[in-house]
Amino acid sequence: MNTNTRDDRIGEVILELEHISLAFGGVKALTDISFNVREHEIRAIIGPNGAGKSSMLNVINGVYTPQQGSIRFDGKEFARMSPRRAAEMGVARTFQNLALFKGMSVLDNIMTGRNLRMKSGILAQAFRLGSAEREEIHHREFVENLIDFLEIQAYRKTPVGRLPYGLQKRVDLGRALAMEPRMLLLDEPMAGMNIEEKQDMSRFILDVNDEFGTTIVLIEHDMGVVMDISDRVVVLDYGKKIGDGTPDEVRQNEDVIQAYLGVSH
Amino acid sequence: MFYRENGQFKTTYRADQQIFPIRQDRVFIALVLILSFVVIPLVATDYFFKAILIPFLILSLAAIGLNILVGYCGQISLGTGAFMAVGAYAAWNIGVRIPEVPLVVQILLGGCFATLVGVIFGIPSLRIRGLYLAVATLAAQFFVDWAFLRIPFFTNYSPSGAVAVPALSIMGFSLQGAMAKYLFVLVFVVVFALLAKNLVRSAIGREWMAIRDMDVAASVIGIRPMYAKLTAFAVSSFIVGVAGALWGYVHLGSWEPLAFDLNRSFQLLFMVIIGGLGSIVGSFFGAAFIVLVPVALNHIPELLGLPLGVDTASHIEHMIFGALIVFFLIAEPHGLAKLWSIGKEKLRIWPFPH
Amino acid sequence: MGFFLETLFGGLMSGMLYSLIGLGFVLIFKASGVFNFAQGAMVLVAALSMARFSEWLPKWLGFENLFVANILAFIVSAAIMLLLAWAVERFVLRHLVNQEATTLLMATLGISYFLDGLGQMVFGASVYTINVGMPKEPAFILDSIFEGGVLVNLEDLTAAVVAALLVAALALFFQVTATGRALRAVADDHQAAQSIGIPLNRIWVIVWTVAGVVALVAGIIWGSKFGVQFTLATATLRALPVVILGGLTSVPGAIIGGLIIGVGEKLSEVYIGPMVGGGIEIWFAYVLALVFLLFRPQGLFGEKIIDRV
Repeated sequence: MNTNTRDDRIGEVILELEHISLAFGGVKALTDISFNVREHEIRAIIGPNGAGKSSMLNVINGVYTPQQGSIRFDGKEFARMSPRRAAEMGVARTFQNLALFKGMSVLDNIMTGRNLRMKSGILAQAFRLGSAEREEIHHREFVENLIDFLEIQAYRKTPVGRLPYGLQKRVDLGRALAMEPRMLLLDEPMAGMNIEEKQDMSRFILDVNDEFGTTIVLIEHDMGVVMDISDRVVVLDYGKKIGDGTPDEVRQNEDVIQAYLGVSH
Repeated sequence: MFYRENGQFKTTYRADQQIFPIRQDRVFIALVLILSFVVIPLVATDYFFKAILIPFLILSLAAIGLNILVGYCGQISLGTGAFMAVGAYAAWNIGVRIPEVPLVVQILLGGCFATLVGVIFGIPSLRIRGLYLAVATLAAQFFVDWAFLRIPFFTNYSPSGAVAVPALSIMGFSLQGAMAKYLFVLVFVVVFALLAKNLVRSAIGREWMAIRDMDVAASVIGIRPMYAKLTAFAVSSFIVGVAGALWGYVHLGSWEPLAFDLNRSFQLLFMVIIGGLGSIVGSFFGAAFIVLVPVALNHIPELLGLPLGVDTASHIEHMIFGALIVFFLIAEPHGLAKLWSIGKEKLRIWPFPH
Repeated sequence: MGFFLETLFGGLMSGMLYSLIGLGFVLIFKASGVFNFAQGAMVLVAALSMARFSEWLPKWLGFENLFVANILAFIVSAAIMLLLAWAVERFVLRHLVNQEATTLLMATLGISYFLDGLGQMVFGASVYTINVGMPKEPAFILDSIFEGGVLVNLEDLTAAVVAALLVAALALFFQVTATGRALRAVADDHQAAQSIGIPLNRIWVIVWTVAGVVALVAGIIWGSKFGVQFTLATATLRALPVVILGGLTSVPGAIIGGLIIGVGEKLSEVYIGPMVGGGIEIWFAYVLALVFLLFRPQGLFGEKIIDRV
């Protein structure tokens, strides 16, 4: 529910995308897309299948490099973004197909999210010097708090590959949260979930936004969820932007209705 | 009923993160260490030391090194023999040219040179993977084979092409006896196994496994694939190089490049697959297996009254290894180590079935 | 100049031999996405089978005609390769569907060891001869241009012709026939091919048998020239750089790659070898392949390898 008190929390523009165009060979994935994201808001990207939503996310965190256009994060323009640079700047993401590390436990998967903050050298780790051990324990504490938050304590030592899909999604979220990101990109976090699981995930997303102030950019198909929790929405269709505004504005947008429902007779 | 964790509650993360969190495991390891350091030296024969224990220990060390690269970081390598060779020849060259250098330092420096070579041949892993990386490591194997055969500098212009080490001694104690050699190697192996275990359960170990499991996702978290892969090659080559130096110095005494050829590389890869990819203790299982099968094939048929020719025994050995590789890859990719941990799981609930 | 040409021809001929083995790799990789490390072992088993059966069959069946013995031995050996293909599919491939490439590679390494041991245990481990009537005398050609002519090995020339015919037939097969298309589909994605009704098992048996027959031809040619011995199993390793250069999915690539490697090895050995101590043949091909891998991993004619995010 968007109430006035929640609107107050939204800050300045943190991410600015201008005239982004992305093509693979002859296929145009994104054409001239511009929009911005404000700090602390929840921004949804919606659109029919194949509209380019995942590509958009991949551009934001540097997995794909657009042929044209600029990305401005926190006012600084980036000519080339790499996934690592994005991670260092505080952008984390989850994946549609759950890119979890199947061979590791839940705890280890989420611990990898702390990797950027772990500074011990290899020798210190090999000899398990005091400093290395203390660092490991310090980060373990942080991760355990996340595990409590996501209510997956019972599974912390289980290999991730053995968990049911809904729990794997939580681990994916946990790994992204472990990076203490300023901006979190969620790629269809509710995909494949039933109603209860969706409610749980929505609650987590809102909690993250409320408690940690994390800016959220999410791709989602479930319109109910999008309208409920988003502050603003961007609508894509065939790689072009066809709508941008609050959920109510977008819901009444002619182009959006046509794209989703087809031409009305 | 013996293997219960009842009452063993961990109240600190430090306790939870120990290498052996279950008390029974700690007891077991203590027993193994007592057995290795105290009992065996008292009862074992020279033959047992030289033909079984020492090769087993050194090959376990090499297998641990290879496991870090293949099992934990997922980078295939068919050129391990080459890195062992570099370790052995480098150590020997130092020993011959600067004899004042103590034995242990010679061996460790051999490892350092192997690290250098390992990192160089690991660079292709940044661009290629799987089969193609295997080919690159084969290039390393064949090139190093040739270098130690044809570049006389490396063998100090020895006319026969073979090199030999002088009598080993450490701080005045002679290491000529089989038991002394065994203990020397045992110390190396225990220390390195501990260091390796520490690495794989720390941040760098998680980086390696992340690269193995999904390197695109790893870079999104901020892991640098280049750093992870090259450190895996570096650490792996170091351990393998040290093992190579030990193999030459302690086990062989004198050697030619053939001791470290492609067959050796395959042998080590088999150990790692059969023992368990991604498992330190699995490396020991794999090495034990590979060392013991030929011994068994040599002695058991005689005991059963069906003597096998040496040739036939060797052919059967090939068939057994080949079949087992396929079997483990199909049925239990985590090898003997997994079977061991399944056994322990069953033991935890024994005598109940589940 | 004459010497250069001789070296060149020698290289081309040995290159053709590599290509024959490389052909087996390409076939199996194209159709099952598996890199068959056991190809050399297959050549060994095929050659052993041919050598021993051409010796045993006359004794068992009581006749003397060498030509008949060879024909019968060929048929028996081809049948053995079929049996082998069936066994590999039944006991190995079927259980590793859609596993990672590295796993499959290691599995074929296991098969290679197994075949090596089995072949020598069943057929014997000495050096055997194959006599299929290949011309053994050298010939001198181009003696109008060069004084005394250029020395050419007729056996190698015959081998090259046979290989060329085999390659042409196979290339045609893959491009033109429906089975060839099915094979390419399977190489691309096992599960997808299965889900549109392509019978994976049968396709794999067909392909491995064809590769087995190619191995048989290669084994006969190698064996006729060098004698059949266990070192043939390491022929795999000589042929690997060939398919890296040519491209793992390209039949013509295997030929071109083979020729390049063959010529390159000979020329480098003769002209560069003496400067660095000789014997560089063992790594020349591999380092060349390594260089290719860094700049063009798909080889000269292979399909570009795409990594999906």
